[in-house]
Amino acid sequence: MAELQVKEGGGKKKGGSKQKKISVHVDFTPMVDMNMLLITFFMLCTSLSKPQTMEINMPSNDPKVTQDDKVKVKASEAITLVLSGGDSIFYYTGLPDYKDYNSLKLSSYKPDGIRSLLLKRNAEAVAQINVLKQKKLELKISIDDFKTQVSKIKEGKGTPVVIIKASDRATYKNLIDALDEMQICSVGKYVIDKITPGELFLIKNRESKGALSQNSAN
Amino acid sequence: MSKAKVARKSTLIDMTAMSDVTVLLLTFFMLTSTFVKKEPVEVTTPGSVSEIKIPDTNILQILIDPTGKVFLSLDKQEDMVNTLSKVGEDLGITFTSEEMKKFKIQKTFGVPMKSMKAYLALPADKQDAILKDYGIPTDSTDNQFKVWIKAARATNEELRIAIKADSNTPYKVIKDVMTSLQDLRENRYNLITSLKVESAK
Repeated sequence: MAELQVKEGGGKKKGGSKQKKISVHVDFTPMVDMNMLLITFFMLCTSLSKPQTMEINMPSNDPKVTQDDKVKVKASEAITLVLSGGDSIFYYTGLPDYKDYNSLKLSSYKPDGIRSLLLKRNAEAVAQINVLKQKKLELKISIDDFKTQVSKIKEGKGTPVVIIKASDRATYKNLIDALDEMQICSVGKYVIDKITPGELFLIKNRESKGALSQNSAN
Repeated sequence: MSKAKVARKSTLIDMTAMSDVTVLLLTFFMLTSTFVKKEPVEVTTPGSVSEIKIPDTNILQILIDPTGKVFLSLDKQEDMVNTLSKVGEDLGITFTSEEMKKFKIQKTFGVPMKSMKAYLALPADKQDAILKDYGIPTDSTDNQFKVWIKAARATNEELRIAIKADSNTPYKVIKDVMTSLQDLRENRYNLITSLKVESAK
């Protein structure tokens, strides 16, 4: 479809040489059309952003390993999150108290919910990590240094240990949200565990305002 | 007074510069693009603040739809063939080379082994239509999911397992998958999420 426009070279004849000056002018419009079409195709058929991932390590459920390497968690450092249906989240600190239904507290995935609790419990580590982040922004420390120091702080003493237990009514989104809170609150020690009948009892007991524990006591 | 002169202008615009730009853009898109993988079920991943990117190769993706159907996909075709033959050996089914060839070009697979032969015999468009009604059994009586994962791991040591599940998938299904993985001592894996911007404050 190229269009050749042949022009005569100004019309002046010089010394009898009849050579014509040819200006080659190619019309690029169809080419542009085709390119635009291809660009549209590529834009529609590709996923530009690669999906994000979260890396998790699950505890091994090999009976031999779990007997020997069972990590004992201090009751004062433990927070257990129980993910329940309807986007609700319960938590208790330390050991479960089956008698007092108020020991299981209701919280939410909103910033003023579980996050404020975790940030408060983990305030020291969060503050240290924020300082490090600032240093990284000012290019005072390298990224590798930053990573090793952050993991050191996260493993440090006094940081809370979070146990995430999801009930069958929870959704995958709830689990991801809970794991997300761990990232946001710089909690280094967390584990996903199976829910026990004890936790289910606690939820039911809370819903019935302690009726179940009273029944069992009588 | 002189006559108002209307200059005659040619309406031809030089498209060369425009063409340059479009070619440049085209090159950019061609180089950066990764094609969207065809998936049998539509899945919206939940958002997270995690910024780890998923590696390009050696991925074993476990796709879980909201109703709890499980599908698998491998990114290398030779892995797929070897995995299928291993699973076939385990469950006592042998596949012809014709069936292998058909299996190799599948983007995502997730058919119970007893229907696999019938499924592979179907033409490609019918396969797409019915794949979403199947799913790999994960229950404890007939856990073919475990067999698949074990076979895939035996085929390629460097596989990374990535779970891609819908936001509304009940945790019960995820738990089944995770327990199966734990039984196989696959304790490290990735959860695929989409980006959500949020700060700690």
